Amino acid sequence: MKRLYYAPSAWICAAFLLLAVLGPLVIRTSPEAIDLAHMYELPSDQHWLGTADNGVDLASALAHGARLAAIISVSVVGISLTLGALLGALAGMRGGRFDAAVMALCDLLQAFPAVLLNIALLSVVARPSVEHVVLSLSVSGWVLYARLARAETLSLREREFVSAARALGATETRVLVLHLLPNLGGPLLVQATTNFGGVILMEATLSFLGLGPARAVSWGALLDQGSSVLLRFPHVALVSGFAIAAVVLGFNLAGDVVREALDPRLRGRR
Amino acid sequence: MSAGALRYLLYRTARAALTAFAVVSLVFVLIRAVPGDPVDAMLGEQAAPEDRAAVRHALHLDESLPSQYLRFLSDVADGSLGRSFRAPDTNVRTLIADAFPPTVQLAAWSLALAWALALPLGVLAAAKRGTMLDRIASVFALTGLALPTIWLGPLLVLVFAVKLRWLPLPGDDPTAAGALVLPAITIGLALAAGLTRQTRAAMVEVLSMPYVAAARARGVTGTRVFFQHALRNALLPVLTLGAAQLGALLSGAVIAEKIFERPGLGTLFLEGFFARDIPVVQGVVLLVGVIYVLVNVGLDFAYTLVDPRVRLS
Repeated sequence: MKRLYYAPSAWICAAFLLLAVLGPLVIRTSPEAIDLAHMYELPSDQHWLGTADNGVDLASALAHGARLAAIISVSVVGISLTLGALLGALAGMRGGRFDAAVMALCDLLQAFPAVLLNIALLSVVARPSVEHVVLSLSVSGWVLYARLARAETLSLREREFVSAARALGATETRVLVLHLLPNLGGPLLVQATTNFGGVILMEATLSFLGLGPARAVSWGALLDQGSSVLLRFPHVALVSGFAIAAVVLGFNLAGDVVREALDPRLRGRR
Repeated sequence: MSAGALRYLLYRTARAALTAFAVVSLVFVLIRAVPGDPVDAMLGEQAAPEDRAAVRHALHLDESLPSQYLRFLSDVADGSLGRSFRAPDTNVRTLIADAFPPTVQLAAWSLALAWALALPLGVLAAAKRGTMLDRIASVFALTGLALPTIWLGPLLVLVFAVKLRWLPLPGDDPTAAGALVLPAITIGLALAAGLTRQTRAAMVEVLSMPYVAAARARGVTGTRVFFQHALRNALLPVLTLGAAQLGALLSGAVIAEKIFERPGLGTLFLEGFFARDIPVVQGVVLLVGVIYVLVNVGLDFAYTLVDPRVRLS
């Protein structure tokens, strides 16, 4: 815990979560309040970060965008982690055909650029909802966790405590739930921390391309809007792009911090 | 080419074709499994039922899934890849053939830029470990990895096209001189960052090997040890990463083509998406799957050129 306290990346992640949870409560201006007289204004007392298209308050849009990014990343990481850990651990424990099938599916999903896969998946929905985006991101998201869980399981299943449990007559489910999954926690946690950044970036990219959840305030959509008025009002693209970059970098670096916190051997190495 | 290598090539190609086929079939199924109706997206939700039925029939969407799949396979087999929903007179192959060259050009420049930056920088950083140069290389790598493509593009436009006016703006003639520079940097910088790290790490590892010390002890000159003994062996893992970056390259092309308003596969794909033009989306997916597979087979051969110990069999 102490290590997290001193890491700047942990502070960025905490600031992001605070903005997502408290931001929309503190900044009372609605991100949908249209004020055509004050479009694309620079920061002022009334609008801390200025305004965007239709005179929308940029600070408010940023806070609601953070909330959307948090909702989507928590859901996607949660679903992918659960599904991936279960399938990966089962594949590693059972081996044989099940293992081959799961790994073949992983290869297939990874063979394909993630952005393109998500566009293809979302291409049938008239107006993607938040649930559609979460579903689509999870379809490719679980693969990361499955590979990791499988690799860890392969080494864990040869260890004495697993053989001992087996020898005592523990069922497959019992070995999986009580002995394997708890020991997968560390590596999966590291992966999940970094993955938050990846999911947030993917959501922003999809929204930037115009495929994000319809009628939701997203950082990617703000950045897209800002890019189209870059010539005259660069502040919209600068602010929203900076938010994306900072949070993605924050979670990526936080992954390293978590790794070091869990594995004392890595400390001090750089 | 030996008989073994030939057999290996055939085996790999067959496996690769199967993978591409599986990817396409998966996308075919997934596209249809996602809740939503392309006819809704095309005509709007208020369209009259007769119109919907007519469109549905014209596009063969009223047929059963297996028969749609067979139709799709025959379109793939005859090379036409089906007809676009938006322009029934145009087949998807023509659309792709038009969109392919600009994207290949963009991808080639991005890759060239990435390798031209990353290889010397990574090698030099490894050679002068712990110096200022090494630190510059690692700051470069971190910056490149941290800047999202969707932000880097607009930033480059703002600085070099809007403020400095050195390079064309998005939407200007895509064939104009310098029009490729900013899109190529947008895609290439992130690739270069990853490659720089990998090259440095691989070189550092190889330089600590006993055979490098042995070569030095035999009196081989520094540069020769560096290039002939070390770099060649360090290239293997770097090549692997290069292949893994293909996905980033193609995703980057979609993003860069949007930011810089360039024609290409990404633009075709996005237009297909917004019009729910399923044959176009499927066609691009198939093409990307095939490219991916070809690059990976080609890479196996590149390995044998770099490292004679790697045998194809």
